[in-house]
Amino acid sequence: MSAATASLHHEWHRFSLPQKLARYALYLLTVIAVVWSFRTIEIIPEFLYDSPAQIADLFVRMWPMDWNYFFAEVWKALVETLHIATLGTILSLAFAIPLGFMAARNLTPLPALNLLGHFLFVTSRSVNSLVWALLFVAIFGPGPLAGTLAIAFRSIGFVGKLFAEAIEEAHRGPIEALTAAGAPVPSQIVMGYWPQVRPAFWSIVLFRWDINIRESAVLGLVGAGGIGVALDSALSLLYWDQVSVVLLTIFVVVILAELVVTTIRKRVL
Amino acid sequence: MTAVTPTGSGHDARSLVIRNLVKEYRRGTPVLRGINLAIPGRGLTAIIGPSGTGKSTLIRCINRLVEPTSGEILFMGKDLARLRGGDLRAARRRIGMVFQEYNLVERLTVMENLLSGRLGYVPVWRAWLRKFPQKDIDRAFELLDAVGLGSFATQRADALSGGQRQRVGIARAIMQEPDLILADEPTSSLDPKTSVEIMEILTKLAGERDIPVIVNIHDVELARRFAQRIIGMTEGQVVYDGPPDGLTDDHLRTIYGGENWLNERSGT
Repeated sequence: MSAATASLHHEWHRFSLPQKLARYALYLLTVIAVVWSFRTIEIIPEFLYDSPAQIADLFVRMWPMDWNYFFAEVWKALVETLHIATLGTILSLAFAIPLGFMAARNLTPLPALNLLGHFLFVTSRSVNSLVWALLFVAIFGPGPLAGTLAIAFRSIGFVGKLFAEAIEEAHRGPIEALTAAGAPVPSQIVMGYWPQVRPAFWSIVLFRWDINIRESAVLGLVGAGGIGVALDSALSLLYWDQVSVVLLTIFVVVILAELVVTTIRKRVL
Repeated sequence: MTAVTPTGSGHDARSLVIRNLVKEYRRGTPVLRGINLAIPGRGLTAIIGPSGTGKSTLIRCINRLVEPTSGEILFMGKDLARLRGGDLRAARRRIGMVFQEYNLVERLTVMENLLSGRLGYVPVWRAWLRKFPQKDIDRAFELLDAVGLGSFATQRADALSGGQRQRVGIARAIMQEPDLILADEPTSSLDPKTSVEIMEILTKLAGERDIPVIVNIHDVELARRFAQRIIGMTEGQVVYDGPPDGLTDDHLRTIYGGENWLNERSGT
């Protein structure tokens, strides 16, 4: 037996020769892409050398912060931002939930409807919130309504896609048991699917709300309401001590939202 | 020849007749090759046979969790193989099912799992709001006591052990007030002692209500101990159909193939 083991001398490499070549080709492509990108973005050396001084100058102009501006304008805009994010998220659910049911292959065994659902999700997701906002500002005029709709339409794809995936991951066994008991599909959803997807659902919704707070903060740049409007006016007037107030406010709110979401998620899951 | 009394009472009405049942998952490779059976409307009938022989497919064809390719399944005056939509649901709610993996909704409480046996009867809004009729709730508590889980009503199903889950599974099937109970390998995920307990509970609860039970089981000893009738299957065909006493080692060799396993067992 020892003779047999001694004569065993197998060659082993992690990658075969074609695999190795493919990997080197990939490295080379990456380098080419990086070099090409640097050429495209046209760095102007003078501006680059100057930038540390510019940054220092900006910080000097931002200080001291204009706290009167916070109480006069930013506060109200901040509340509006929170409303846009929250209402937008809730509104998106009205579409995302039924579309999620429709897109889930195990629940809707009709490929055409699944495909339609996924197509709508991709449509919603491929358009940036700012672009949705531009669209709705053009339709409904500037203001928080356009912002809310922009947030809602961008969220449908995100929430719907993840919700559909959660439904598809539901265990078949319990559903089979309810089917065998003669439960109609709506009852199967209520007592079979929903208990299984509920934690994932709330997790997705909270996550999207968190994202929407950040997104709605910039919607004001295109006139769709919220704290972005305050930022936009401060920027265009070059009131840097006000810009710093707005930026700090956004920063604090985003952190608070994140804290709220993680706390609730821990409780729900 | 078939029982066509639609009253739901009496043993003949609950008998099950299967004629020329064929199931092909892929065309040309039948899993069930023309099953003919008449199962009496009372007592426990065990279907034995090696894994992959179509026992589970057969039992799932009865309540149409699996679509039969051809053949008839006559029960309560209807051909179950032909039913659709609401008629199929109405037939299903009179056929309870117990599963190998229990198939409880893990995140719901034991009580909710029992009440889900009533979903064929109650409207969706009641299921949604958990506003089940008081009669159902009373029955659920009675059954929980009967399976020895009286104090577990508000526990979540995923907090239970395997044996406890299967008791809930049996209680859920009884909640349907079924005319027939199908059990697909109800003890295969359990230890030998718990398996016997589960079979005892199943036979007791079904016996008290005079509900016929068809159970898939690969454990021959359990089948002999609890069944009044044994059906032996191999390769999609019935090769033995008779009382447990009549089941000889010759039959077992036909059913399971080979013979070393029989000798070894008698040797130890």
